[in-house]
Amino acid sequence: MSFINYSSREINCKIVYYGPGLCGKTTNLQYIYNKTNPEAKGKMISLATETERTLFFDFLPLSLGEIRGFKTRFHLYTVPGQVFYDASRKLILKGVDGVVYVGDSQMERMEANIESLENLRSNLQEQGYDLDKLPYVVQYNKRDLPNAIPMAELEEALNPTKVPSFEGVAPKGIGVFDTLKAVAKLVLTELRKGG
Amino acid sequence: MIQQLVMYEEELSQINNICEVLHRDSNARAVLVIDKNGQAFAQAGEVEQLDVTSLSSLTAGNVAATGAIASLLSEKEFAGQFHEGEKTNVHISIVGQRVIMVVLFDERSSLGLVRLRVRKATAELVNVLDLLAKKTASGTQPSVFSEITDDDIDNLFND
Repeated sequence: MSFINYSSREINCKIVYYGPGLCGKTTNLQYIYNKTNPEAKGKMISLATETERTLFFDFLPLSLGEIRGFKTRFHLYTVPGQVFYDASRKLILKGVDGVVYVGDSQMERMEANIESLENLRSNLQEQGYDLDKLPYVVQYNKRDLPNAIPMAELEEALNPTKVPSFEGVAPKGIGVFDTLKAVAKLVLTELRKGG
Repeated sequence: MIQQLVMYEEELSQINNICEVLHRDSNARAVLVIDKNGQAFAQAGEVEQLDVTSLSSLTAGNVAATGAIASLLSEKEFAGQFHEGEKTNVHISIVGQRVIMVVLFDERSSLGLVRLRVRKATAELVNVLDLLAKKTASGTQPSVFSEITDDDIDNLFND
């Protein structure tokens, strides 16, 4: 749920990175955090286990600049990817304005990709959202691995509605900002429709 | 269409007032009002040294998780939470099912006093939130977004 503050002239939006365990959601946020000017970002918070698996969420507040005198702030969240954290994922989706689905390009993660995508759709439905009506983009991460599936196959399996999609190598930053910009643009465009 | 929480000057000033009064009357260190998605919009007291953004996001996550626990136990919600520290204590309450009020206090105050003052502030805050909801629903306020062009959005990303 976007939050428009006419008093402080700010627009706040929430973007959630979703995807199977170890697909690179946290790595996306870490890269954004490392490459953003200090004045444009807040502290990155990771609620993780001792083995650095996301336990509840990662959170990164970002300022993208001004539109017509309004500061645009995006709050980026990741969900825990592991299957048994479903209750936490549902909570993080509450009030979402835009979704990034991060898929894992490796052949052996295809089943996990599909399961996570179905889980995203059903968890959104439970909250009264329709994935097909939300600002939504896809990133195929780990494109540099030798066992990566061809893009065409990934697109067919994971992006039947043909939303904007990007190839990613998150630790090197490939595709990271393209993905973020694409979803942020869609969120602002959607806000304009609603406004 | 995306659901929006909209805040206007007049209501924000009333909410800030409520925070100021609560801060003073409860001898608290600081008072924050945040929406359920973790965005702070009003505050009073010693907030300069606080990372308000992080605090708000984590509190909202905490309230969401506690709400989910309540629902598993067939409770409507747990309306309040209290965390006791060595120096700082935190009182968290849900107001009108829409926003979260956070009071940070130390030895200058007590849980009893904070609870008492929060109850009064909550009633006032609910009234303001009701007015705000009506104002937003009536759609009589000008929208900043109807004026925005594709170029405005593209310009944000020119680096």
